[in-house]
Amino acid sequence: MWDYVKLAVLGLIALCAAIAANYARDLAYMVNAITVMLAAGLAFLWVLRRVGEPNPHNPNEYMDGVVRAGAIATAFWGVVGFLVGVVIATQLAFPQLNFEWLQGYDNFGRLRPLHTSAVIFAFGGNALIMSSFYIVQRTSAARLFGGNLGWFVFWGWQLVIVLAATGYVLGASQGKEYAEPVWYVDILITVVWVAFLITFMGTLFKRKEPHIYVANWFLLSMILTVAMLHLVNNAAIPVSIFGSAQVQLYSGVQDAMVQWWYGHNAVGFFLTAGFLGMMYYFVPKQAERPVYSYKLSIIHFWALIFLYIWAGPHHLHFTALPDWASTLGMVFSVILWMPSWGGMINGLMTLSGAWDKLRTDPIIRMMVVSIGFYGMSTFEGPMMSIKAVNSLSHYTDWTIGHVHSGALGWNGMITFGVLYFLVPRLWNREGLYSLKLVSWHFWLATIGIVLYASAMWVSGIMEGLMWREVDANGFLVNAFADTVVAKFPMYVVRALGGLLFLSGALIMCYNLWMTVRAQPARATQHSAVPAE
Amino acid sequence: METYSFLRHLADSWFLLAMTLGFLGLCLWAYRPGSRAAHDEIASSIFRNDDRPADPTKPTNRKEA
Repeated sequence: MWDYVKLAVLGLIALCAAIAANYARDLAYMVNAITVMLAAGLAFLWVLRRVGEPNPHNPNEYMDGVVRAGAIATAFWGVVGFLVGVVIATQLAFPQLNFEWLQGYDNFGRLRPLHTSAVIFAFGGNALIMSSFYIVQRTSAARLFGGNLGWFVFWGWQLVIVLAATGYVLGASQGKEYAEPVWYVDILITVVWVAFLITFMGTLFKRKEPHIYVANWFLLSMILTVAMLHLVNNAAIPVSIFGSAQVQLYSGVQDAMVQWWYGHNAVGFFLTAGFLGMMYYFVPKQAERPVYSYKLSIIHFWALIFLYIWAGPHHLHFTALPDWASTLGMVFSVILWMPSWGGMINGLMTLSGAWDKLRTDPIIRMMVVSIGFYGMSTFEGPMMSIKAVNSLSHYTDWTIGHVHSGALGWNGMITFGVLYFLVPRLWNREGLYSLKLVSWHFWLATIGIVLYASAMWVSGIMEGLMWREVDANGFLVNAFADTVVAKFPMYVVRALGGLLFLSGALIMCYNLWMTVRAQPARATQHSAVPAE
Repeated sequence: METYSFLRHLADSWFLLAMTLGFLGLCLWAYRPGSRAAHDEIASSIFRNDDRPADPTKPTNRKEA
């Protein structure tokens, strides 16, 4: 019966998408409608071929298929996102690469949101969904709730990525940083995200463990907060149901404030709280010792929850935003430094008594460097939010350097560590194919980040100083173009750093591929032993 | 009073106080007597049930700490 409902819904979606493609008012909308039609059609065929088959869900096994798919998607979108990043970094250094024959499609302005969304929402998002599903099952000692709902979350999220990415290149964007997807993609994101919440919460509800482990708190707060941010920031009225254009509900400084409340908390909850959930599970697992202080993790959690949400206005210093609001944002950003470092210490000290693992285990090394970068960027961020510093750093490359030391260092490195941890376990393999290649990845990525961040510091501070330099008569000394010329060498170094980071990720993909292909299967000694 | 002024007033007086006390209360709660055993038990819970869900015939999967 349920299969027939699914078939009817999928058929209806495919039909509506076909009609929408026919009436489309712009190219991006048409391509997106055709994509939805194809996706619904494929899902229809897939369901149709399996009508009446017995339910494959065995409550005595974890649902790891969707986690495996998540691992593949994370690695794939990671490489795509890093590649686009290297391309646009090179475009900034060599503007000739905005090719005339691709005018309007491969310009920096079109590719930049493709890069940010690919790394944050495709790479980071898949990493979070994959880790959530893995962690919540293990710490609840229960199979994922909702049958195939987990698969719906996975494929729905991939569809969101493809729709958003093709839309950006063809010009569909609502022009809000990190919230570029247009109104119909926003609706799909909402549906998928609610399904994500239901699978996660449902698994927690049927848990066999008496307590909810702290990693789940972080992950759940990520899911709930992102839902709230997404709904508020994307409030818009479509111009036509057959077009990709929309009008924002807010305007002026209110719109700016809502946008950066969203933008900063996307960093705070998507890229920080969610990834801290990963840290609190995978670092103790890889180190084979419980977290340093569970009490500290509780305080870390509540402090982040109470403080992060207020920090957004520091993105709008010296704008039309009222002074009290930007001061509030600055103060909360500075206070935020303390719990962030509490969390960093908690992560690092988990290794106390096991520091020797740093020498022998490159995965631990990756995780430790990642926590180090978390600490570094959560110090740099509060410092940059102080108005005096911000007057120098704002609108310069320093901001980009800061974002990337957080994103490449913290989010990237912890995700690589998690992939190296998960793949042998998920595919039941006897360890990784090559630890030497993990070391290669580690050093390429680390040197890449260092090159990237230091180039952006130099370039950003230089740019900030050049912009404010005045002569004896109070006239500005430099034209904007002078700063662009002066930044050229740093842009080349930045692109090189990105290239190193990308090469490391490619080595990781090869290593993980060979782990699944060539490593012997793990002896399943546990199969005869009771679950306990 | 208009909505803005009311909310603005509430935000930097009673609500601020309530949130600060709430936060401090949560921190103190973490240090309540007897919490150490409970926290040690939770912190080590990640080292079981790695391969399969808990046996449904048993009510919980708690190991002796």
